[in-house]
Amino acid sequence: MTNYMLEARDITKVYHSEAGDIMPLKGVSVELAAGELTLLMGPSGSGKTTLLSILGCILSPTSGSLQIAGYSTNGLSAEGMADLRRRHVGFVFQSYNLVPTLTALENVMLALDLRGASRAEAPDLAWEALAAVRLSHRANVMPSKLSGGEKQRVSIARALAGAPSVILADEPTAALDSENGQAVMALLSEVAKDTRRAVLVVTHDHRTLKYGDRMIRIEDGRIASRARRRSMSEAMLAPAAA
Amino acid sequence: MHTTADAAPIALPGRPAPARKGMMRLPMIPKLAYRNLFHDRLGLVVTIVGIVFSVVLVAVQFGLYLGSENRIAAMFDHAEGDLWVVPLGTKSFDDPAMLSGRERHSVLSTPGVASVQELAVGFVNWRKPKGGSTAALLVGSEIREGSTLPWSVTEGSASALAAPSAVAVDSTYFQELGITRMGDRAEINNMDVTVQAVTKGIRSFTTLPYVFTTLSTARTLLGAPADQSSYTLVKAASGTSIEDLRAAIAKRLPDAEILTHAEFRKRSLDYWLFETGAGAALIAGALLGIIVGMVIVAQTLYASTKDHLNEFATLRALGASAGYINKVILIQAMLSAMIGYVLGMALSLAVIWAAEDSTLLIVMTPNLALMLLALTVGMCVLAAICAIFKVIRIDPAVVFSR
Repeated sequence: MTNYMLEARDITKVYHSEAGDIMPLKGVSVELAAGELTLLMGPSGSGKTTLLSILGCILSPTSGSLQIAGYSTNGLSAEGMADLRRRHVGFVFQSYNLVPTLTALENVMLALDLRGASRAEAPDLAWEALAAVRLSHRANVMPSKLSGGEKQRVSIARALAGAPSVILADEPTAALDSENGQAVMALLSEVAKDTRRAVLVVTHDHRTLKYGDRMIRIEDGRIASRARRRSMSEAMLAPAAA
Repeated sequence: MHTTADAAPIALPGRPAPARKGMMRLPMIPKLAYRNLFHDRLGLVVTIVGIVFSVVLVAVQFGLYLGSENRIAAMFDHAEGDLWVVPLGTKSFDDPAMLSGRERHSVLSTPGVASVQELAVGFVNWRKPKGGSTAALLVGSEIREGSTLPWSVTEGSASALAAPSAVAVDSTYFQELGITRMGDRAEINNMDVTVQAVTKGIRSFTTLPYVFTTLSTARTLLGAPADQSSYTLVKAASGTSIEDLRAAIAKRLPDAEILTHAEFRKRSLDYWLFETGAGAALIAGALLGIIVGMVIVAQTLYASTKDHLNEFATLRALGASAGYINKVILIQAMLSAMIGYVLGMALSLAVIWAAEDSTLLIVMTPNLALMLLALTVGMCVLAAICAIFKVIRIDPAVVFSR
């Protein structure tokens, strides 16, 4: 039986405005399986970011249900949502979003602090996370002195620290050159091999296809297609088939 | 393609972060606050200058207020008596009139009275030896063994005032009184006087110089009859109820007011500090300092928070509670407060030291220093509220739109 770390059912999001209702998501269902890297692709304005925000417990859906690591988000307050994402979700951002006043190691320790790590264990966990992304030698360097690829690896180390159930990456290669982009995707692919974790990567970059175990294509707020690794290229070409 | 990441299998951290309860937390909140604060050096300098300005302004204003209190209350703090018999309607010690003249005997005949001392106080014209004149406040008291008026005698002695026409003046008034040293002669109300004692640091709040002499000389210089005085100080016998004694004396002296020492002291303070508006001006100045300081700190903290808004949004997205972020901002405010307070106090003490030989009396007490510390911290914490409101409204979803 597939072990899903995240299950979203019939997610709908509606924004009300004077100009009328805007509905970026129209009944989207997504499952992220443990030990897999899922790619979420789609054109601009298709609802990827809104879906990512909902899957990461940053936004609440208008309707539908979401479970992360077996915990339902139904009825959770903003602080409850923050608590759930703190304990079970790791984020990798397009612009890295490292705290510029903290070193690479401290950025990772900050995430551990948020997750309640103790003073005794946090440094070891932070070093382990940096070692996992092969940046131990840059641990005490400030973000301004790191290359784009290094920053993104710190960002991945930060997401890994505290061993969350789900890692959500928003266009992690968009700000990187091809070589660094490939390196980051390879790293995320390795991260996803842990059977206690699922990884979702939002991407526009077709060169990342080879790293995905599954691919979901979203268009106009609906799932347009889903594919396993071997049939991804065909799915990319298919116009719409949920 | 060959990359660093796929060069070798990687070891991934699989251990979840331990539970929060009972564990010693990482010092990440203070570290982040400290780094944010010192990251923007110019902003920090502006904040600290604002706080230092505020601390110095408040310290000097309250120091002047306390100095004024000390000057107004100086006579009370050195005169010994449980009750004061004063002319009806007297507003303060420095606003003297004359009692009718039978008070001493009436008071002495009241049961429960241990001793009585009279003071003759009045405005006089002091003619300088080299020409010109100025107004002064003459204070005549009974000079005897253990007399407390005048105090702080640095040259001559209080007992030397027993000599005919002898007076004591304060060295800080020498220039104003046109004299240069002890032994100089002048005229009070056209009568010769000789400076036979010099005090240091007895200055009046009203700026009129105090001139001390004996009760009898004062009566002569003021043209008052031998039994008349401005105030009669009453010392109660031990075990006597002050209130009962006050009532008994009041019954005997219906044309005078009988005030406790504390009441007359307070009345004098209230008159000069609040009825004349002098104290209110000082307090208003201190409040202005607090407001200016708070606005500057609020503005710079708000600007700093805006500068770091992306980081706060990231923290929020990573699951930081509102309390966690608020603590970062509050610690930033507290750090600013502590730095500003230390520098502000150092500068205030320098100002007080520099003003020591001037006519200004600025007082710093441990209580005032503690109050300033509480005020500075409170001011900075209040100033942080604007920044906290800004952070509370952060939408963590903005982390995906950049």
